[in-house]
Amino acid sequence: MADLAHGKPGAGTVPLADHAPTTRRDFLTVAGYAIAAVGAVCVAWPILDSMNPAADVLAAGAPVDIDLSRVQPGQQIVVLWRSRPIFVVNRTPELLKTLQDPRDISLLSDPNSTAPQQPEYATNWHRSIQPQYLVLVGICTHLGCIPSFMPQPNSVSPGWLGGYFCPCHGSRYDLSGRVYSGVPAPYNLPVPPYRFLSKTMIRIGENPPDGGDFSLESVEQI
Amino acid sequence: MAGTPSTVRTNSRLIKWIDTRLPLFTFVQDAAIDYPEPRNLNYFWNFGSLAGTMLVIMITTGIFLAMQYTPHVDYAFSSVERLMRDVNYGWLLRYIHMNGASFFFIVVYIHIFRGYYYGSYKEPRELLWMLGVVILLLMMATAFFGYVLPWGQMSYWGATVITNLFTAIPVIGNPIHTWLLGGFAVGNPTLNRFFSLHYLLPFVIVGVVGLHLIALRQHGSNNPLGIAVKGPQDEIPFHPYYTIKDMFGLGVFLVIYAIFIFYLPNALGDPQNYIEANPLQTPPEIVPEWYLLPFYAILRSIPDKLIGVLALFASIFILFLLPWLDTSRVRSSYFRPIHKWVFWLLVIDVFALGTVGAHRPEGAYIVVGRIATFYYFFHFVILLPLIGWFERPLPLPESIAAAVTKKTAAAPGAAQSGAVS
Repeated sequence: MADLAHGKPGAGTVPLADHAPTTRRDFLTVAGYAIAAVGAVCVAWPILDSMNPAADVLAAGAPVDIDLSRVQPGQQIVVLWRSRPIFVVNRTPELLKTLQDPRDISLLSDPNSTAPQQPEYATNWHRSIQPQYLVLVGICTHLGCIPSFMPQPNSVSPGWLGGYFCPCHGSRYDLSGRVYSGVPAPYNLPVPPYRFLSKTMIRIGENPPDGGDFSLESVEQI
Repeated sequence: MAGTPSTVRTNSRLIKWIDTRLPLFTFVQDAAIDYPEPRNLNYFWNFGSLAGTMLVIMITTGIFLAMQYTPHVDYAFSSVERLMRDVNYGWLLRYIHMNGASFFFIVVYIHIFRGYYYGSYKEPRELLWMLGVVILLLMMATAFFGYVLPWGQMSYWGATVITNLFTAIPVIGNPIHTWLLGGFAVGNPTLNRFFSLHYLLPFVIVGVVGLHLIALRQHGSNNPLGIAVKGPQDEIPFHPYYTIKDMFGLGVFLVIYAIFIFYLPNALGDPQNYIEANPLQTPPEIVPEWYLLPFYAILRSIPDKLIGVLALFASIFILFLLPWLDTSRVRSSYFRPIHKWVFWLLVIDVFALGTVGAHRPEGAYIVVGRIATFYYFFHFVILLPLIGWFERPLPLPESIAAAVTKKTAAAPGAAQSGAVS
C-alpha cells in the first residue's frame, strides 16, 4: 500500500476500475443513461415539431380554382396557393414557337425537364397540360425571389426570346420556366399539381384523375 | 469570525460586512481596478470594451422597443411607424437601436482585425479567439432576425433569400426550410419565431461573452508587441490607466455614433424597408445590411447554388481555423515584414467584396467578385501558412518594459535634434 500512497504503479496496487468485471451496477448505470436519452428525445420532439407548419397553415393549402377565360393572350396572372405565387400564362402561338427554337434549347440547362420539377403530365416541351396555358410556381429556384415576367423579345438583353428574369441574382428562364445555363438558379421553375375542370377552368392543387399523386413535396427545389 | 475576511480596500464597515459574505466588491477590485494589463496597449485595445458597451446599449433599447412592437404580419409595420410618430422618444430608441447594430459591427470588425494584425489568436489564446467567432456568428443571426421585424420589403425578401440558403442542402434541405419558416413561405409564424429568437440570442451572446472574458483572464490581454508579460515591470493596473483610456475612447466613439443617430439616422439603412412587405412583389434588388455585404458577395460570386452557400458559410467558419492556418511563431505583425503588408491585402479584399455585394452581379462586378472571393480563401488557406514558413521575422525585444523605455529614452533626443536643425 506504500506504493499507492506515493501514486506509483506497480505490484500491490489495486486493479483499476475498467479492469473490474461487469457488475449489476454497471448495467443499471448504462440502462439509466439510455432511458434518460430516450426521455430527452421524447421531450425534444414535441418542442421541435411545434415549429413545423400548424394545422391552419396546412388547411390554407386547399386547392384554388381559376377561370382561364379572363386571361388575355400573352397575359400573365398571379394567384396565391399555399402562400406561394402561382403564375398562369396564356401563351400565344408566337410565344410557343420560341420554346422549340433551337437557339433557345441550346442555351437551356435542362431543356427536356429531366429533373423532377413538374408532374409527369407536364413533362413535355411546353411543360403544361395544354400548350397554351402555362402554370408555374413563381419562385426562383435559386433563393426564392419572384422572377419578373418579361415576354417581350430583347427586353432583358439583346437576343432575349422572352421569358422570366429574376431581379435578385440574375437567373433567367424561358417561357416554359426552363432555366438557362450559366445562371445561379439550379433547376427549372416547378409546375404545381393542377387539372382542368372544364375547357376554361383549372384547379390548382389537384392532379388530373389519371395524373398520379404528384405534390410539391416531391420536387427537387422550390 | 470564521472564513477569510474581506481584502477590499475601504473604511466602510458595511462594505466589509457585505463583501465577507458576498465578495462583489473584491471581484470588482480584482477585475477592474487592480487587474494588471500590459503597459503598452494602444487604442485598438479599446474595441473590446466598446463592443461590450454596444451590447448593453442594444439590450437596453431593445427591451423598451419590444414594449411597443407587435410581432404580427398585419401590425408589425404599423407598430414600428407608431413607435416613430406617436411614442414619446420612440424615434430616438429606434434610431439608437437601428444604428447601434451598424456601430456594433463596426466595433467588432475592428476588434477582429486588431486580433488578426497582432496575432491575438495564437497559443495560448486559441479558444479565446474561437469564442469570439461564435459571438460573431450569434451577432449575425441576431442582426438578421432583428432586420426582419419591421416587416418592410427588405425585411421580407431578405428573410426569404437567407432562409432559402438552407434549401441548397441535398435531401433534407426542403423539410428544414419549411420547419424554419413554420409554413411554405415567410409569414406570420416566421415573424413570431424570429421575434422570439431576436429577444433570446442577445442573452446567449452575454453568456458567450462571459466565457470569452474567462478565457481572456486566463492568460491576460495580448499587446502590440505580441510578447508575453515577463513581470510586474511590464504591467500597469487597469485603474486608472485603462479606465481613463477606455472612457476617452468611448467618448470619441459616442460622438460619431450620435452624429448618425441625430443627423444621418437612415444613412446606413435601405429606403426599401420603409415600404411594407409585399409577398407578391420582389424589390428590384435585394441587398442585406452593409455589415453582411462581403459574405453576400461571396455567395453571389459563385454560379452554383450549393457551392455558393458552402462558400458563404466557409468564409466565416474558416476563422475558427485561423490559429492553425497562421504558422508563424511571432504574434505581432509589427515584427513580420511580409505579413505586415499582406494584412492590408485582406482588408482591401474585404472592402472590395463589400462593394461588389452592394451592386447587381453584372459586368465588372462579377469579375471583381470572383477574384476577391478567390483571394479571400487563397489568403487564409495558402498565403498565410506559406508566409509563416518563409518569412524571417525581425528580432523580438527582450521585454515590454525594455521596448517601451527604449522608445521614451529616444524621444527627447529626437526632439532635441529637431530643435537644433
